[in-house]
Amino acid sequence: MMAAADLPLWAAVPVALLLLLGSGLALIGSIGLMRLGGFYDRVHAPAVVSTLGIGSVLLGSMLYFSVLQTRFVLHEILIGAFVVLTTPVTLMLLTRAALYRDRRDGSDEVPPLPDPPPRDE
Amino acid sequence: MSATLLGWAVLAAQIMLAAAMACPLWRVLRGPRAQDRVLALDTLYVISAMLLLVFGIRTGSTHYFEAALLITLLGFVATAALAKFLMRGEVIE
Amino acid sequence: MRRLLPYPLLAAALLLLWLLLQESLSPAAFVLGSVLAVACGFVFVALRLPRSGSRTLAMRFAPGRLMALAALLRDVAVEVLRSNNAVARIILQLPGARSGRSGFVVIPLDMRDPYGLAALACILTATPGTVWVDYNAARGTMLLHVLDMIDEEQWVRIVKDKWERQLMNLFE
Repeated sequence: MMAAADLPLWAAVPVALLLLLGSGLALIGSIGLMRLGGFYDRVHAPAVVSTLGIGSVLLGSMLYFSVLQTRFVLHEILIGAFVVLTTPVTLMLLTRAALYRDRRDGSDEVPPLPDPPPRDE
Repeated sequence: MSATLLGWAVLAAQIMLAAAMACPLWRVLRGPRAQDRVLALDTLYVISAMLLLVFGIRTGSTHYFEAALLITLLGFVATAALAKFLMRGEVIE
Repeated sequence: MRRLLPYPLLAAALLLLWLLLQESLSPAAFVLGSVLAVACGFVFVALRLPRSGSRTLAMRFAPGRLMALAALLRDVAVEVLRSNNAVARIILQLPGARSGRSGFVVIPLDMRDPYGLAALACILTATPGTVWVDYNAARGTMLLHVLDMIDEEQWVRIVKDKWERQLMNLFE
């Protein structure tokens, strides 16, 4: 089932460690998503998954395929770049949407719109 | 030797990632508000891309890379559209 | 030149992306990638983005600026590692992990360049533990949500001294 029989040990050890680190961080991040209270606390948890979590899995995958095919396999960088660029945007958009909805509902958990002059959205 | 080591590491990573997918799924079902569900859905996209990458390592094939790339791209578009919808009640103004 | 290639950096990045996706350096991949890169530059002209400053290409690639960019990227990498550790400890509720509560901080900013502000927003949001929430253009203040708030003054200092100064060097 594994195609890794001919991978040298010096490459197999870092790949295994990177995989375990990445999936462990993904697990921690999603536990945070489940356990932290309140939306504004929970919004910090996915950042753990999508920075170091997917980053180390990508690094492990790059190392594995580069050694296995004895050439540089670099296209994992693309996923890394996309995730690094898109995660902040989605988190910001979601937080702004949540803030807008909470302000509209008159929640006292969020800071009110700065007065004067009130900004019209 | 290295095949055994990698085999166990990949198995452990897959189990942890599957467990990591269960937590956001619980949050999607539980809520309490729409923004919590969308946030959890976004995390699910990223973790499923990671699961595909690990699966690619397990089978030794680079074909899973394209699927992971597509999931991250579609996940971004979907989450951005949903956030926009939560803010204004419509996707395209 | 300006009309044919309005965004040279963007075109170069798109060509690189195409070559990485194709995983080849063959002439065919080069030609098709270049055509796509130039065509996407025209699409960006149609979007009418705000121009950042009036730097020429030579000024953008000045050695000092590249060094400053490398230093910024190194700082971001270190900060991402550090805050991943900190947030993971908070989530697992390890003893002594958390010294404060979460909360919102209003931070006054001196930077006005839209691209610099966008970079600051991405850096702050990509590091776990801080999320950029809102920017008030009329007052020049931003709203930040912090998971582990020690005190507000300290976060204002971190954002202004650590990130804003470096980004203003790069963008203004």
